[in-house]
Amino acid sequence: MSVQELQKTATLEHTADGHHHSDGILGEQFETLEQQNTSYLIGMWAFIVQEVLFFGAIFTAYAIYRFKYVLEFTLAHHELSVPIGTLNTFVLLFSSYTMARAVRAAMQNRHKKQAFYLFLTFLFAGVFMVNKYFEYSAKFEHHLFPGGDYSAHAVVEHAQKMGELREVEENGQKFYELGKTRDGQFTAFKRVTPQEFEQRTRLFFGFYFVMTGLHGLHVLIGMIIIGILIGRALIDHAKNKPVADFMPVEMTGLYWHLVDIVWIFLFPLLYLIGR
Amino acid sequence: MAGHGESHVHPVSLYTRTLWWLMALLVATVVAGYIPNVPNWLGVVIALTIAVWKATIVIMNFMHVRYSGKLAWLFAGAGFFWLLIMLAFAFADYVSRPWEPFNGWPE
Repeated sequence: MSVQELQKTATLEHTADGHHHSDGILGEQFETLEQQNTSYLIGMWAFIVQEVLFFGAIFTAYAIYRFKYVLEFTLAHHELSVPIGTLNTFVLLFSSYTMARAVRAAMQNRHKKQAFYLFLTFLFAGVFMVNKYFEYSAKFEHHLFPGGDYSAHAVVEHAQKMGELREVEENGQKFYELGKTRDGQFTAFKRVTPQEFEQRTRLFFGFYFVMTGLHGLHVLIGMIIIGILIGRALIDHAKNKPVADFMPVEMTGLYWHLVDIVWIFLFPLLYLIGR
Repeated sequence: MAGHGESHVHPVSLYTRTLWWLMALLVATVVAGYIPNVPNWLGVVIALTIAVWKATIVIMNFMHVRYSGKLAWLFAGAGFFWLLIMLAFAFADYVSRPWEPFNGWPE
């Protein structure tokens, strides 16, 4: 018997006796399993569209300020670690793969395999969060968190070393010249006061922490849901359940892939461009 | 939502192939970020093109939109269409502010 047939039988048995068991798959408000699954998916997609616009608004704000302060933002970019960002992208892409495999196992009612792939996904998400912790700690250490003790000192020092920033004095007033050094010759593109430089790089780190923070929160919420699903799959395995509702895993999968997609845009836009 | 809510099991190769593509594109985007003397705007275009490419294959293959009904297409498409509207109008606003005959967006 195919999975679909099995599920239909389970549904029929469950509606035929007129009771709704707590472990039944079909909710009483739905006529058929197809209708129920479609409703679930459309609801989830509506949520995902909302999430796209939620992150989209922050991306828009970031794009506008980067466009306006491109030189200041570029120098601030240099403070982010590309190796850690790349590693985290790798980990998250891989976790999307294991999630897709978990959904596949769930559709086949292979509970143990499903739990295994969910566990791998959970593990990768954990690695991502641990990396984030180290990344954030380093930013706090260098006073790059846009809070009370924010200082652009680390950015200025790094930019000077790369020959992209020069301190100049005119009429007793200090300025930073932003530009490039080629063949030992510095060309200035823009002159800003240290206060302006501090404010604008602070804005960059504001975006960095809000965007990666909200994304990290989504990863954390995903880990909690995946944790619950692992428990469910293991219980189904222990009970030797022939058919289980795969939709919770499928919907969590959609959410998890969305979290992956957000990172797919965050990584190049925060870590890579302007190098 | 394959075939209106039926469970549709895809071959493992679909997911493996997608993963390899994603990894290849990850390498491509990092390498592109380190090419010297690329103008800033071109770097952004390259990075965004690869990101859109990666997102598209995740949506199509991992999120099964390729195999889904019209309603899922509509929802997925609508999300990105609204996003484009937001980006376009927000940018049109900020770009056109200096054109106004009074002190608006400071230069």
